[in-house]
Amino acid sequence: MAEIHHHLTEPQIAAYASGALPYPFAMVVAAHVSMCAECRARLGAHEVLGGAVMEVLPAETVSDDLKDSILAQLDDTPPDEPAPRRNGIYPGPVAEALHGEAPKWRALGRGTKQAILHQGPNGSVRLLYIPAGQAVPDHGHNGLELTLVLQGSFADADGTFGVGDVEVADDAVEHTPVAGEGMPCICLAATDAPLKFSGFVPRMLQPIFRI
Amino acid sequence: MLELSGNLEAIMERSSGPMIIPWDRSAKDGANNVADETEPTYSEQTRWMLAVRDARDKEAFARLFDFYAPRLKAMAMRTGMRPDQAEDIVQEVLLTAWRKASQFDPARAQVSSWIYQIARNRQVDVVRKENRPVPEELAAPEDEEDDAGQVMALEQEATRLKSALASLSEDQRVIVEKAYFGELSHTEIREQTGLPLGTIKSRIRLGLERLRHELKELR
Repeated sequence: MAEIHHHLTEPQIAAYASGALPYPFAMVVAAHVSMCAECRARLGAHEVLGGAVMEVLPAETVSDDLKDSILAQLDDTPPDEPAPRRNGIYPGPVAEALHGEAPKWRALGRGTKQAILHQGPNGSVRLLYIPAGQAVPDHGHNGLELTLVLQGSFADADGTFGVGDVEVADDAVEHTPVAGEGMPCICLAATDAPLKFSGFVPRMLQPIFRI
Repeated sequence: MLELSGNLEAIMERSSGPMIIPWDRSAKDGANNVADETEPTYSEQTRWMLAVRDARDKEAFARLFDFYAPRLKAMAMRTGMRPDQAEDIVQEVLLTAWRKASQFDPARAQVSSWIYQIARNRQVDVVRKENRPVPEELAAPEDEEDDAGQVMALEQEATRLKSALASLSEDQRVIVEKAYFGELSHTEIREQTGLPLGTIKSRIRLGLERLRHELKELR
């Protein structure tokens, strides 16, 4: 496993543990934790705290028949769905969202491609494919963007990001990530607002490309 | 009446290092009546869960129900669920715990945090009608003995964290509770940043740090 230098923030991990993160960001967190022992441990710590809070919560009386009803089902509970498994470069939660298939790439021009995994009022999460050595169009953000590298690398003003690294970018960042040499860079990127591409794809085309 | 299986031998065989005393069926009041205080032992919840995992012990599962069902119901109701919906969650979470018991690893997760995490996944799925992305599971420790020292260390940190929680002021306790049992509706990430670590006692922060190190050492 590659050494990971850029991790999730503590509030992001706490928010994931508590279920508060919207789906697109939860996907990036779950994918990063699948690749990063450090953040898995930090998530584990927050879950211990969540469990401790649950333990000291004032109990609610349950219905008289609930226990018998559950015990009666033990012998014939359906087998559990298998946990998501890694598929190639795609960590379990991403592989699950792809339903075990290859990403349905859509060209964005100059070899750059995207595959949208989810889009809704709570934001969007997509895979981005950037040819080696090529720049991702300069873009600012309306909101927060989390980008996790799954293959290759990219570099921008914030540093170099390799496999497993997460970049956290917000409104303030107007960045021009450039994919590293050698192999195409594939990222998982989540945003809570549409990206504002300046230049590369004319703004009027953005609704068509859904970026 | 529940079927009682011979789970004691199974547990005794698995244990190594510190003497692990199986849960005591005669202790109906939930007291941890272990005779020798110098002998490290697992918490009752852990012993019940191990009996479920290793011997499919239904009576131990019933004990887990008694302990967790009222708390799970309270947790679900905090997110705005009606009592009947909350009981559906209780049922699904505990049945999941039964089915997934083979994946329970007391060295990596304490029972309460394992159950909390199952409950959170289920609540997000139900409340937000989505399939919550969850991390890959680490390989289950098949046929390996539990690392008793690690299990004890994790339990001790969890116990410390619980006493730190108990020492919080009412205001602080509410903040922590809201952070871990908040509404599950869609929220802007910057409005909902989880636990405001700066506002609570450093003891909890330290507890999280220590836990992180404990869990990290496993790899």
